[in-house]
Amino acid sequence: MSNEVNKIEYVSYLEHQGRFKGLKSWIFATDHKRIALLYMYAIAAFFFIGALLGLLMRFELIAPGETIMKAQTYNGLFTVHGVIMIFMVVIPGLSAVFGNFFLPILIGAKDVAFPRLNLFSWWIFVFGSVLAVASQFLKSGPPDTGWTFYAPYSTTTGTSVIIATTAAFILGFSSILTGLNFLVTVHQMRAPGMKFFNMPLFPWAIYATAWIQLLATPIVGITLLMLIAERLFGIGFFDPNLGGDPVLFQHLFWIYSHPAVYIMILPAMGVITEIVPTFCQRKVYGYKAIALSSLAIAGVGFLVWGHHMYTSGMSENARWFFSLLTFIVAVPSAIKVFNWISTMYKGSIDLKPPFLFALAFIFLFIIGGTTGLILGSVATNIQVHDTSFIVAHFHYIIFGGMGFAFFAAIHYWLPKMYGRLYNFRRANIACIIMFIGFNTLYFPQFVIGIQGMPRRYFDYLPQFQTGHMISTIGGVILIFGLFYMLINLIKGARKGPKAPANPWNGSTLEWQIPSPPSLENFDEPFEVKANPYDYK
Amino acid sequence: MFSNASNFVHGVDKAFLIIFGISLFFLILLTTIMIVFVVKYNKKRHPKAVQIKDSSLLEFTWTAIPMILVLFMFYVGWEGFLPMRQAPADALNVKVIGRMWKWTFEYPGKKQSDTLVLPINKAARMELFSKDVIHGFFIPTFRVKEDVVPGKKNYTWFIPGELGDFDLLCSAYCGLSHSYMSAVVRIVPEDVFTKWLAKLPVSKVDENNEGYKLVEKNGCFSCHSIDGAKLVGPTFKDMYGSSIDVMTNGTRHKITVDDEYIKNSILDPNKDVVDGYAPGIMKSYTGLIKDKDIPKISEYFKTLKAK
Ligand code: HEC
Ligand code: HEM
Ligand SMILES: [Cu+2]
Ligand SMILES: [Cu+2]
Repeated sequence: MSNEVNKIEYVSYLEHQGRFKGLKSWIFATDHKRIALLYMYAIAAFFFIGALLGLLMRFELIAPGETIMKAQTYNGLFTVHGVIMIFMVVIPGLSAVFGNFFLPILIGAKDVAFPRLNLFSWWIFVFGSVLAVASQFLKSGPPDTGWTFYAPYSTTTGTSVIIATTAAFILGFSSILTGLNFLVTVHQMRAPGMKFFNMPLFPWAIYATAWIQLLATPIVGITLLMLIAERLFGIGFFDPNLGGDPVLFQHLFWIYSHPAVYIMILPAMGVITEIVPTFCQRKVYGYKAIALSSLAIAGVGFLVWGHHMYTSGMSENARWFFSLLTFIVAVPSAIKVFNWISTMYKGSIDLKPPFLFALAFIFLFIIGGTTGLILGSVATNIQVHDTSFIVAHFHYIIFGGMGFAFFAAIHYWLPKMYGRLYNFRRANIACIIMFIGFNTLYFPQFVIGIQGMPRRYFDYLPQFQTGHMISTIGGVILIFGLFYMLINLIKGARKGPKAPANPWNGSTLEWQIPSPPSLENFDEPFEVKANPYDYK
Repeated sequence: MFSNASNFVHGVDKAFLIIFGISLFFLILLTTIMIVFVVKYNKKRHPKAVQIKDSSLLEFTWTAIPMILVLFMFYVGWEGFLPMRQAPADALNVKVIGRMWKWTFEYPGKKQSDTLVLPINKAARMELFSKDVIHGFFIPTFRVKEDVVPGKKNYTWFIPGELGDFDLLCSAYCGLSHSYMSAVVRIVPEDVFTKWLAKLPVSKVDENNEGYKLVEKNGCFSCHSIDGAKLVGPTFKDMYGSSIDVMTNGTRHKITVDDEYIKNSILDPNKDVVDGYAPGIMKSYTGLIKDKDIPKISEYFKTLKAK
C-alpha cells in the first residue's frame, strides 16, 4: 500500500449531504447503511405491534370461556400476529437490517452490489406490509386462516384472504431480491485479498441464507398464486370439491416454509458467532466447521419439510424418511453450540450486554433445538403436533433464538451504527427481565401441550388453566422488559455518550473504521486479516 | 410406569422419556460449562486470553456422538410409531365424520352417534372423513392423532385399555368454533357396548330431497340447524316466508324471506346480513352451487315450515 492516500474529510453517513434533504434523503437513500436503518425502523414497529397483539391473545387465554374478545377476533389476531411476525419481522429481520449494514463492511466493500435494487427491495417490503395491514380493515373482515393459509379452509373462508396472500407474495419478492443482491455482493465485492475463508462468519451465514431466499421463496410465491387463482377463478388445485388435493398445499407451503425457518435462524447464529469471540478475545473455535455447517444446514434444510405433516396421512415411508433427515439436520446446529462454548474456553470474558444476550440466546436455543427433537420423532410428534407444545417450541426458536440474537446484535453494533453508547446496566437489567418473562411465558406451554392443549384455541378445557395463567403473567413481564430495553436503546442512540471506533476491542473490519462509518465506509486503507478473529 | 389408556401410550411415552432425558442432560451440561467458563475466565481473573488451536479429534468426537444419539432417538421414535400404522384386520370399524364444528360417529348399519362409544380391550379402527375443511382427530390420553382431510381416506386405530370418559379434540384449525369441536370418547365393557349399539337409532332424514342433498353436500348444516337451534347462523326452521331484520351497508330494514332473498343469501351473503350476526362468517357459494340448483334449495326450505 502506498502511503500517500489523499485524505478524504470524514463525514458520517448520518450527516452526509446527498441529492435529497430531510426525509427524502432517507426514503430515497441508496446507501446500504441508511437502508438498513429504514428496515430496522419498519421492522421494530411491526415487532412491537405484533408483540402487543400477542399479549392481547394471552389475555384472552388467561381464563377459559370468552374473556376479552370474540372467537372470530381471536382467530383474526393469531393470523395477523403470525403474518406480521413471520413475513414482516423475522424473515427480513437480521438479514435486511444487520446484513445490509454490516455485510459490505465486514467484507471490505463500500456498498452492496446493487444499491438501487436494495432501495427497491425496501419499497417492495413497505408496499407488501401496507397491503398486509390493509387486509385487516376491509369489509369482509380480517383473514382468519393462520399464517399458514391451509387449504381448503383458506380457499373457502369469507374473509380477506386474497389481500393477505398477495401481501405475503409481494413480501416474498423483497426477500428474493435482497438474497440475490447479497449473493452477488459476496461473490463480487470482497476487498482485495479477502478470500471466502478469510471472511468473518456473519457474512458466511448471510451468504447461506441468501441462497435459501433465492431458491425457496419462489415456491411459496407460486403456491400463494395458486391459492389466489383458486379463490378467484375456482381452479381446483387444493379444494377436493373442485378436484384438488389439500395436502398438496401443505407440501408446497412447507417446501418453502421450512427452509424459511433457516432464513430466520442462520443469520442469528452468524450474529452470535461474531459476538462470542469479541467478548472472549479469542479466535473463534472451529472456523471452517461453522462456515460449512451453515451451508450444510441450508442444504439439508430443503429436505425435511415433511416433519410438519406427519399426521396429514403421508405414506409410512415418507414419515420415516423425513424423521431421519430431521434428526440429521440437528447435528450441524449442535456443532455450532459446541463451537461457541469452546470459544469461551480460556478466553478473557467481558460480560457486557451483547455477550449477556448471546448467553441467553444459547440457553434458549438449546431448549428450542432439543424440543425440536421431540417434534422430529414421529411417535412423540403425534402427541404434540398442533398443540401449544409447538407454539412454545417455535417461540423458543424464533423469539428466543432469532429475537434474542437481534437484541444481541443491536447491543453489539449500535455504537457503530449511531456512534453512541447506551446504558450498560439498564441493558443488562432488560436482558434479565426478558429472559425471565420469556421462560415464564413459554415454558408452561410445553407442559400443557404434552397434556393435549391444542393450538389456535380460543377457549380450552379447565385443566389447562393454571398453565395458561402463568403463561400470561410471563407475557406481561416480557412486554415490560421489551419496552424497558427499547427506551434504553433509543436514549442511547440519541443522547448517549460518544462511542469510540472500537468499543469492544473487536477484530473484524467494522471496528477499524470510525463510528459511525462514512458514506463509503473505508476512506483509509485497511488490513485484511487471514483469520478475521485474530486477537493479538 | 406408563398408563394403559391405549396400546400406544407405552411406545410414545418411552420416546418422550428418552429424548427428554438426553436433552436435559445436554441442557444442564452445556449450561453449566458455559457458566463455569464465564466465571472462571472472567476478564478480572483471566486478563489475557489464550488462543487455542482447533483440534480435529475433538471436532470429530462432537460430531460423531450427537450423530449416534440422534440416530438412536430417531429409532426409538420410529419404533413407538410403527404400530400406529398396523391396524389388525378384525378391528371394529367406525366412520368418523368431521364437519365444522361437530364430530359424528357412524357404526356399521348406518347408526350414528355424537359420542364415540367403544368396548374396552378391543381394537377399533377409525375411518376419517371430512365434509368440509381439514380437522384433526386427537385423543390426548390415547396418544392418537391423525388429520381428517377432505377427499382423502385417512385412518387411525387403537385399543382402549381403561374404562371411562376421555376428551376427543379437534387439533387442526378449522375456523370459527375450532376450539369447541370436541366430543366424548366413552370406553365401556363389551356387553354394555353391544346393548348400546343395538339401541342406537339409524339416522333418518329425507335423503332423496334434491334440495336437502345440496344443502348437506355443501356443509350448510354446520352453521344452520333445522330444529330451531341457533348455531353459527340462523336456523332454517320456519325461515321461508318469515319477515326478518337485516343490515344492509349499516342500515337496518325488514325483508321477507323469498326465493330472491335466498338466492342472494347464498351467492352474496354479506350484502344483507341478518341482524345479530357478524358479516364475513358465511362465504359466498358462487361457483360452488349452480344457479339452477338454488330453486331446489328454496323448495327444500319450504318443507321446513310449520304446517
Ligand atoms: C360458516 C357458517 C355458515 C355456513 C357453512 C353457511 N351459512 Fe348461511 N349463514 C351463516 C350466517 C352467520 C348467517 C347470518 C348472517 C348473514 O346473513 O350473512 C347466514 C345466513 C344465511 C341465510 C339467511 C338466513 C335468514 O334467516 O335470513 C340463508 C338463506 C343461508 N345462510 C343459507 C345457507 C346455505 C344454503 C348454506 C350452504 C350452501 C349456508 N347458508 C352455509 C353462516 C353460514
Ligand atoms: C410478547 C411476545 C409474544 C406473545 C405474547 C405471543 C403470543 C402468541 C400467541 C398467544 C399465539 C397463538 C398460539 C396459538 O394458539 O396458536 C402466538 C402465535 C404465533 N406467534 Fe407469537 N407471541 C409473541 C411473540 C412472537 C414473536 C417475537 C414471534 C416471531 C418472531 C412470534 C411468532 C408467532 C407465530 C408464527 C405464531 C403462529 C401464528 C399461527 O398460528 O398462525 N410471536 N403467539
Ligand atoms: Cu420445519
Ligand atoms: Cu378444528
